[in-house]
Amino acid sequence: MKATPLSIAAAIAVVAAYVRAIFFTPLEAIQGPAQKILYIHAPAAWVAFLAFGLVALTSALYLWLREDRLDRIAEASAEVGVVFTTVVLITGPLWGKPVWGTYWTWDARLTLTLFLWFVYVAYMVLRGAIEDRSMRARYSAVVGILGALLIPFIHLSVYLFRTLHPQPILMKPGAPSLPSEMLVTLLLAFASFTLLYVALLRVRYRYAVERDDARPAEAYVA
Amino acid sequence: MGELVRDAWLIARKDIAIEFRTRSAFLSAVVFALLGIVICFFAWDTTAVAAVDLAPGVLWVIFTFSGLLGLHRSFGLEQVDRAIDGLLAAPVARESIFLGKALANVAFVIGVQIVAIPAVALFYNLPIGRVILPLASIALLAAIGLVSVGTLFSAMAVNTRLAELLLPMLALPFFVPIVIPAAQATAKLMSGRPVGETIAWLKLLLAFDIVFIVACTLAYPFTLEE
Amino acid sequence: MVPSQGAVVATDNLQRSFGSRRAVDGVTLAVGPGEALAIFGPNGAGKTTLLRILGGLLKPTGGTARIGDATLPGGPDVRRRVGIISHHTLLYDALTARENVEFAARLYGISQHSSAAERALGEMGMTERADTPVRALSRGMKQRVSIARAMVHLPAVVLADEPFTGLDVSGARALSALLTGLRRSGAAVVVVTHNIDEGLSLATHAAIMHRGRLARTDRTSELGTGEYAAAYGALVMSNG
Repeated sequence: MKATPLSIAAAIAVVAAYVRAIFFTPLEAIQGPAQKILYIHAPAAWVAFLAFGLVALTSALYLWLREDRLDRIAEASAEVGVVFTTVVLITGPLWGKPVWGTYWTWDARLTLTLFLWFVYVAYMVLRGAIEDRSMRARYSAVVGILGALLIPFIHLSVYLFRTLHPQPILMKPGAPSLPSEMLVTLLLAFASFTLLYVALLRVRYRYAVERDDARPAEAYVA
Repeated sequence: MGELVRDAWLIARKDIAIEFRTRSAFLSAVVFALLGIVICFFAWDTTAVAAVDLAPGVLWVIFTFSGLLGLHRSFGLEQVDRAIDGLLAAPVARESIFLGKALANVAFVIGVQIVAIPAVALFYNLPIGRVILPLASIALLAAIGLVSVGTLFSAMAVNTRLAELLLPMLALPFFVPIVIPAAQATAKLMSGRPVGETIAWLKLLLAFDIVFIVACTLAYPFTLEE
Repeated sequence: MVPSQGAVVATDNLQRSFGSRRAVDGVTLAVGPGEALAIFGPNGAGKTTLLRILGGLLKPTGGTARIGDATLPGGPDVRRRVGIISHHTLLYDALTARENVEFAARLYGISQHSSAAERALGEMGMTERADTPVRALSRGMKQRVSIARAMVHLPAVVLADEPFTGLDVSGARALSALLTGLRRSGAAVVVVTHNIDEGLSLATHAAIMHRGRLARTDRTSELGTGEYAAAYGALVMSNG
């Protein structure tokens, strides 16, 4: 990874956020050290959905403007996004076990993130299965937009399901009533993750550009 | 608008005529559904959990997977001699092609359900007689949703290298907001709750159908070579 | 060839690229009513792409293409006037020949679809086997059905891509007769083929397409087959 100012800044921000999280933020009284996973889990979730929002937006714009750059941004955002989504899905259970006793609860947000992960993976498998660049861009764009439409329906279905099937009342970690030091750390984590996302996005985008430039003849498969 | 419907109906009839002629996909889907129901019956012990609690889940899971079987052939049959070019060169709107195929797929899925739902009732000993009408409505709404998304993804998958893998991968996440309401509503009906309690689920299904029929119809032309 | 204004099919510096590859690289042609243009060329010359654009299946990336007054790709109304014979049969295996042609007749809005299909199949010598499923027919017979299907709506423009594929002598004759009949009613025909004899026998004009461009165009009445074939070979080899 080239050491651009942005990636250096992102790296520093992330490190700073975690140094603060580990050493300079108080322990949460009830959950103990495990609560600190919040500072990865929540920002990663934010980035996961942000990345998908960008995929959806660039997908719609691509179908309208047919600019190749938009397709490459979508591709880059999807690949970066799926990584962050995976982080959410791993940190969720890691947090859940020590705090709630079970690895997985069908918590509304975690479930939604799981579906986001499925859509991302389908998106990427689709991209991998098409050689023709124009078809790949169009098809991915369609899935990107439909995926965005799907998310609210998943959310609604799960929400309705949970209200009719009440789950045991759990701790609500990450609720807004965080003491100010934790809140600051959390916001710092959010900001640094966002920076990291943008840095990774640019790297991945540049890779896509180089790859496409290296093989212009592959644009059409007869 | 009339043209759109007329042409779609023409194309749907053609697809149904072809399926009638070969019958292979429909029979496979029906047999698959029946086998699936039987396997589920033995997999989940109805002496431990009441049949009325298991059956809705079984019904809608089987619905999902047998639906997928039918969807494959929808655009597959247009690939053989590039018959799709015949449709694209014809004076019909692209949307008609999509709607026509979707219509034929709905007929297919409903056809399978006409066998599967009574089969579940039979194997699980459920009195569905009183709730047959609400159940049919749920089945219809669910079929429409499944087919809207499934037809579009079938059109796309058939042009890729991993057609058989991609169709389920793409479609199944979209089937979840159909299966949850359908199963929940069915469960309520089976346990004798008043129809009024299923309204919320039905509204969700209806909203899904409306959104995705429109979205998929509009998206279809983008999947065509230009 | 007629000047563009009177033409039924016309292109003006038509271009179609796929990524960086120029399949059609500046083609200008005009085919008037009653005329038939045969386009010869080696594989990869862009002939099929050109036909797909004229058939409304592909959009140009540059230049224009017209059917009558309408720019391509037009809507359903433009496509209604065109009949396409592809090198695929465009048929549904499971249906009979008659059902395939009747379906096409219905799609094109022919009110008397049964009799139109009957007539088209008869003209291509398929009356006897009309109720056989297409899957049971030989390649030559499928081609006859495919041609009947393409012309059942008596199109004003016929686009034919290797239409002689699989046809025996009587089939080829039936095709020529059909095309001549349509041309007499003012239809324009564009035939793409690599068979110079068959192409010249059908056409009033001939063109050679190579690497996306038309290298030369002639009136067929002024050509002798032997020398044309030689000229074609030379042109293709030298630029090869």
